Amino acid sequence: MRRGNSPRGPRHSIMSRTGAMLIMGVFTLYFLTPIWWLLVSSTKTGGQITGTAPLWFTMESIPTFFSNIGRLFTYSDGVFGRWLLNSAIYAGLGALLGTIIAAMCGYALAKYEFKGREAIFNIVLSGVLVPATALALPLFLIFSEVKLTNTLWAVFLPSLVSPFGVYLARIYAAASVPGELLEAARLDGSGEIRTFFTVSTRLMAPALVTIFLFQFVAIWNNFFLPLIMLRDQTLFPVTLGLYAWNSQISQIPELRVLVIVGALVSILPLIAAFLALQRFWSSGLGAGSVK
Amino acid sequence: MTSSSISPALAKGAQKPWRTKTFAAQRRAVLLFIAPFAVLFLAFYAIPIVFAVVQSLLTVEREGTFGAPQEVFGGFVQYQQVFQNTEFWRSVGRVVLFGVVQVPIMLGLALLFALLLDSPLLKGKKFFRLAFFAPYAVPGVIAAIMWGFLYSPTLSPFGLITSEVNVLSAELVLWAIANVVTWVYVGYNMLIIYSSLLAIPTEIYEAAKLDGASNIQIAWRIKIPLVVPAIILTGVFSIIGTLQLLAEPQTLRSFSSAISSTFTPNLAVYTTASVPNYHLAAAFSVVLALATFILSFVFLKATQRKVSQ
Repeated sequence: MRRGNSPRGPRHSIMSRTGAMLIMGVFTLYFLTPIWWLLVSSTKTGGQITGTAPLWFTMESIPTFFSNIGRLFTYSDGVFGRWLLNSAIYAGLGALLGTIIAAMCGYALAKYEFKGREAIFNIVLSGVLVPATALALPLFLIFSEVKLTNTLWAVFLPSLVSPFGVYLARIYAAASVPGELLEAARLDGSGEIRTFFTVSTRLMAPALVTIFLFQFVAIWNNFFLPLIMLRDQTLFPVTLGLYAWNSQISQIPELRVLVIVGALVSILPLIAAFLALQRFWSSGLGAGSVK
Repeated sequence: MTSSSISPALAKGAQKPWRTKTFAAQRRAVLLFIAPFAVLFLAFYAIPIVFAVVQSLLTVEREGTFGAPQEVFGGFVQYQQVFQNTEFWRSVGRVVLFGVVQVPIMLGLALLFALLLDSPLLKGKKFFRLAFFAPYAVPGVIAAIMWGFLYSPTLSPFGLITSEVNVLSAELVLWAIANVVTWVYVGYNMLIIYSSLLAIPTEIYEAAKLDGASNIQIAWRIKIPLVVPAIILTGVFSIIGTLQLLAEPQTLRSFSSAISSTFTPNLAVYTTASVPNYHLAAAFSVVLALATFILSFVFLKATQRKVSQ
C-alpha cells in the first residue's frame, strides 16, 4: 500500500505475480478450511456429521443449527452459558484490571526517576520470560496452602499480573507522553494521579488497547492454570469446559455435536473482536519488536 | 535486545529534583502507581516460584510402612529423581525435536508471508492478512479439538488422506500436534514481522531499485536483515511456547492413544502433581522453568552477537 501500484519493471512478470497469489491462495485454504468445517458441522446432527459431505451444508442446516444451539445452552442445566460468563470474567474483567495495573506501573517506570527503577524494570523483564504454564504448579501449591484452590480467585487473581503489559506500557509512555506536558500539568496544580488518569491515559490509549488484547488472549488461552486449580465445573472457563466434554465423547457420543457447536460459539466473538480491533493489533505488535 | 534501545527516550521524562514539594508528591505518586503491580507480582510470581523451589527440596518420609507421612528436608533428592526419570527426559527430547523442526518451518512461513504482503506482487493484502491471522483467535484447546476431528478417519473432510495415513499414530502424532501449533501461530508471527517491515522507510529501497535490484534481491539483502530483531522476538516466544506445550497434546489425548501421560514435560508435571507427588512435580517445574529461561536467554545472546557483527 505504501508503494501503491507504481509501475513495475519487466522483471516482475506475470509469473511472479501468479506465483505469489498461488502461494497465498493455497495457504488461505489451509487457514480457513478448519474454521469453515467447524461452521458447516455445527449445522448438522450427530449422524449427519459422519454421513454427509463434510464441507457443505444439508437441506435442514438452518433449523438443525438452532436446535443444536438450543441443546448447547440447555445441556446439563445450561452449564455452557456459565462457562462463557466465567471466561468473560477471567479474561475480560481480568484483562481490564490487569491493563490498568500494568499501565500505571509502566508509566511510573517511564516518566519518573527514582531509586531502584532499573532494578524493578529488570525484574519485570525477566518476568516476561517466565511462561504462564511454568507458574501453574507453583501457584497451585501456594493456593492449596491457603485453601483457595477450586475457587474463582485461584484463576482470576494470578491472571491480573502481566509483566509484558508493563514492558509495553513503559515503551509507549516514554514515546507518547511528553515530559513537558507533565510539567505543564504540575504548574497548573494538577496532581500526579489525576494527570495520569485524565491526560496520560488518553495519550496512551492505543497502547492500552493493545495491552488489553494481549492480556485477554493470554488469559483466554491459559489452560494449565484452570486445569490444575478447578474441580467444580461451574467455575470452568469455556476452554476447560469444552475440553472436559471432549474427553467424555467416547462415553456420551451426543456430546460430539455440542463440542463442535460450543467451539464455534466460543471462537466467533473472538474472531469478530480481532477483526474489529485489527488496527490496534498491527501497530501494537510492531512496537514490541521494532522500537 | 530491548532494554538498551528504549533507554534514551526515558531520559526526557526525568524530573528536576530541586523542587522538594513536587518531588515528595511525585514519590508518593510513584509508590501508588507501582504498588498494585508490585504486590500482585510478589504474590503470584515471586512467592510461588520461591515456594515451588522450597517444595522441590522437601521429601515425604514415613515411620515404618504405615506411619504418618511427614515432610522433611531432602536436599536434592527430588532432583536426583528428576535426572533419573527417563520418561521426563524422553518428553524433553520430544519437545526439543518438535522445536527444531516446527519453529523454523513456522517462522520461515511467517517471514515468507510477511515479505509477500510487503511486496508489490499481491492483490487483496488486507484479506490475506485477516485470513492468516484468524486462527490466532482460536485457543489451543479448541484448535486441537477441531484438528482432532479433522484428523480422525471417519469425520474428516480429508478422509481420502486420513484413511490411508493415520496421522494420530505413534510415529506421526508429534507432527500432528506441530501442525495444530503452526496453524494457530503462523499468522501471529507473520503480523509481528510484517509490522516491522512496514516500519522500514521506503527510501531505503529506492536506490537499490534504481540500480535494477529485483524484488528477491531487495528482500534478501535489505528487508530480511532489517527485520532480524522481529524474527528474534518471535523465535524467543516460539521456544518458550514449545517447551511449555500442554493444551494441544493434552486435548488430543482423547483422539489418540499414542499420546502418553508424560508426552511433554508439562504433561509430566501435571500427571505427577495429580498422583499427587507435589515435591517431584515441583522439581520438574523448576528444572523446566530454568531450562526455558536459559534457552531463550542463550538464543537472545547468540543472535544478538550475530546481528552486531
